[in-house]
Amino acid sequence: MSMKNKLPDPAAVKDEILKKYPPKVARKRSKSIQVLGEPGLEIQANVRTIPGIITQRGCCYAGCKGVVLGPTRDIINLTHGPIGCGFYSWLTRRNQTDPGPDGENYMVYAFSTDMQDENVVFGGEKKLREAIQEAYDIFHPKAISIFSTCPIGLIGDDIHSVARAMKEKFGDCNVFGFSCEGYKGVSQSAGHHIANNQIFKHVIGLNDEAPEGKYKINMLGEYNIGGDAFEIERILKKCGITLVSSFSGNSSIDQFERAHTADLSVVMCHRSINYVAEMLEKKYGIPWFKVNFIGAKATAKSLRKIAQYFEDEELSAKVEEVIKEELVQVARVAAEIKPKTEGKLAMMFVGGSRAHHYQELFREIGMTTMAAGYEFAHRDDYEGRKVLADIKVDADSRNIEELHVVADEKRYNPRKSPELKEKMIKDGFAFSDYEGMIPEMPAGTMAIDDISHYEMEKLIEAYKPAVFCAGIKEKYCVQKFGIPLKQLHSYDYGGPYAGFVGAVNFYKEIERMVNTKVWKLIKAPWADAPSLHAELACE
Amino acid sequence: MLLKHTPKEIKERNALTINPAKTCQPIGAMYAALGIHGCLPHSHGSQGCCSYHRSALTRHYKEPVMAGTSSFTEGASVFGGQANLIQAINNIFTVYNPDIIAIHTTCLSETIGDDVNQIVGKAVEENKVPEGKRIMYCSTPSYIGSHVTGFSNMVEGIIREFPVSTGTKNRKINIIPGWVEPSDMREIKALAKTMGVEIIMFPDTSDVMDAPQTGTHEFYPRGGTTIAQLEAAGDAKYTLALGKYCSEAGAIALENKCGIKFKTLDLPIGISATDRFISTLSNIAGIPVPQSITDERGRLVDMITDMQQYLYCKKVALWGDPDQLIALTEFLLDLDAKPAFVVSGTPGKYFMERMEQLLGKDMGGAKVQNGSCADMFLMHQWIKNEGCDLLLGNTYGKYIARDENIPFVRMGFPIYDRVGHSYFPTVGYKGAMYMLEKILGVLMDKQDADSSEEAFELVM
Repeated sequence: MSMKNKLPDPAAVKDEILKKYPPKVARKRSKSIQVLGEPGLEIQANVRTIPGIITQRGCCYAGCKGVVLGPTRDIINLTHGPIGCGFYSWLTRRNQTDPGPDGENYMVYAFSTDMQDENVVFGGEKKLREAIQEAYDIFHPKAISIFSTCPIGLIGDDIHSVARAMKEKFGDCNVFGFSCEGYKGVSQSAGHHIANNQIFKHVIGLNDEAPEGKYKINMLGEYNIGGDAFEIERILKKCGITLVSSFSGNSSIDQFERAHTADLSVVMCHRSINYVAEMLEKKYGIPWFKVNFIGAKATAKSLRKIAQYFEDEELSAKVEEVIKEELVQVARVAAEIKPKTEGKLAMMFVGGSRAHHYQELFREIGMTTMAAGYEFAHRDDYEGRKVLADIKVDADSRNIEELHVVADEKRYNPRKSPELKEKMIKDGFAFSDYEGMIPEMPAGTMAIDDISHYEMEKLIEAYKPAVFCAGIKEKYCVQKFGIPLKQLHSYDYGGPYAGFVGAVNFYKEIERMVNTKVWKLIKAPWADAPSLHAELACE
Repeated sequence: MLLKHTPKEIKERNALTINPAKTCQPIGAMYAALGIHGCLPHSHGSQGCCSYHRSALTRHYKEPVMAGTSSFTEGASVFGGQANLIQAINNIFTVYNPDIIAIHTTCLSETIGDDVNQIVGKAVEENKVPEGKRIMYCSTPSYIGSHVTGFSNMVEGIIREFPVSTGTKNRKINIIPGWVEPSDMREIKALAKTMGVEIIMFPDTSDVMDAPQTGTHEFYPRGGTTIAQLEAAGDAKYTLALGKYCSEAGAIALENKCGIKFKTLDLPIGISATDRFISTLSNIAGIPVPQSITDERGRLVDMITDMQQYLYCKKVALWGDPDQLIALTEFLLDLDAKPAFVVSGTPGKYFMERMEQLLGKDMGGAKVQNGSCADMFLMHQWIKNEGCDLLLGNTYGKYIARDENIPFVRMGFPIYDRVGHSYFPTVGYKGAMYMLEKILGVLMDKQDADSSEEAFELVM
């Protein structure tokens, strides 16, 4: 499908955008703004944001503490630094969790060492030790994790030695740290990687007791925003699939400790968690593949692939039965909604996987994604993992530790023998796969990495999309243009949008947003009147 | 129970803050800068700071919050942020064309010792600052003070950059309103206008953080104090600083720079503090208080008279920023209610002194704490032990309100989950009436919900 005939030429739009920038900026941004069409197109991603170019991106700490570890309910997440970082990441990400009546849940609390200037001058390790002790004395948690903010790395506090000492002292509480200072890497992405590494080093593999179940999987890269994980859990349960662990929506530390007992890892958000998937395979022999539970068709496809992996007819039959049953309602609502949304344009600039996944849902109601891009993804998330070998490791990425993982002497157990895996691959089954966003987008659309505020405004001006998807920082600017913005980080406090129930919710939500009356109220009735009708007033 | 791990038993803490009643300096500087017309705030640090501050302000005001960042990487953190900042200045003026860039620092750039003044000088030297464009800056290390300090520091930054004393006084009165809502700034202007007093108010976020829906995004909305007004502030007759924590440092700086006398008042929240504000304004300007304002006051007093029984001796827990808490405490005392627990994460001795003046010796039995480890966790423990009838504070109170079934009125920053605060003022007599209406509403809703069927009242 080509979009070229009806809409402004994206190449011209790109030129128009670049015109405004200083030459050096224009050259750099030019590689991150691509008009799609040619196969093998390369997009620049995971590079430094240009200072002063208003960006959506956050920092390494946000990716580590906020995204990956934030949703785990029974770890005390202690921010080591001045108060701000702990404050801003306090309950602002909408990761729902279900601890049950007796379960531990510290997600509603913010813990911080609230460093003062004397701590910055003389070092903060003593305060950190005391804070950990106080947290332990009050709460007796199973685990305490420490997150470094910018000043910590600069003043040289050794959070890892403090963690080791406190863990040893307590004996019944795991303590570990994350050197996720905000300046590391170029975006949240560095923080994801650091989170993956430390969870793998300090938690995964601590408990060999496997949960009961015939088909045991890990769900990686699902963060239970707005209850997405609950919906996925519902569907998996209905199919008879056992969820050993979730990284990290609705998760608890004991799930992480037993993740190596699963027989398969499925990956939702490739960007934030592929490292754990890879390391689980290398150390324990658990294969992984990419799934997507955003979109009804994508959900069905993902379930079928899981069933196919387990090579079990009973499971396949059950999965088909569930899909058939669930799709009835989905099809009914889609048919109702589609006439009201069909042919409209969407744009989405968000995260490291959602800008790809949500295109599915828009397709299901007949909407086209004219432009999309990630906030903090890498080239492989755009172009597919086939480009991994070609990606140049720059200084910013080299600073992030790459764990050297080898097969566990006792516990390595390839769930599929090399021969069987080979055969499955030959038959078209993809392992360790991710095709990326770009291959699924039609020619004549645009992919833009780390979009700037200015570029966003130009896109809106050129295409006037029916809906724009991004985050809270973009929400009200876009809406001031009279265009609804759907937040795909927080879901605007709605959801779930995953799975079958989620698809139905999303169709309805988008229909509401694009057709709400408020956009027609913007202009006051007298705005177009050239002058007052004085004769009425004079009579 | 959401806060189910909060024990009744209070253990002393010296190092661990749990559920803070403050955040860090730069966000206050960013908010203050948004109250200057044509100004783009800029965060000199790593991207996360800017992203967090913009997000928090946006969630609270439900308005666009534009700001740039120096996007520090590890390299910049080691070698200094000069190159980043100069590049940012060039890019911002080229792409976003503000009249002013307002730079604030972060704990990162402060720890490595970046000298913003020197870097800005270098940017000027390298012709990165176009003719007629301005840069103001302030230092906002996150490990000192709180968001309130950051606001105050940016106000000082404004004064360093703009007011000039021409030698000819303009008879205007400067008002530094403190970190209040755009609705409050609008109300302060309206009160002055009603009185016929010409004022220059800075910062002024009305028509910025409450901009109308027009079908287009104005990158620099209509509101905000203009450069011309800020310059004229140096010739003003007098300065009123509202709230010691947010505004006094600015007033002192202006006195030092331009010789303008000042007076610091409590924020005009509630009846007594508003009385002092109106009287002072009237005295300084030499203009009598108009009848319409006296009438407005009368309506407020009438409302209190009518509903006093529902307020008498009600125990209140309040938390947030010192300027607000001081004014609210006095208002509650005026209502015959009992401020029982008062917590602010913002440090500073004056808070305790002023609270003791208001509450009496030993705080009149109230528990009051500020600074290190004075947090909402501690306040919740106090509530668990002694109970209270009303919560007054920011959105984070909703967890305590739900767990303990206590009526809750949102007040302060941040309010993430309700609207109204940016549209309806809490300052002035009108603001007090609005607040009173909300307080009575939740107290009486609770009475309705809890009363037996026999005692359920139609008329209250």
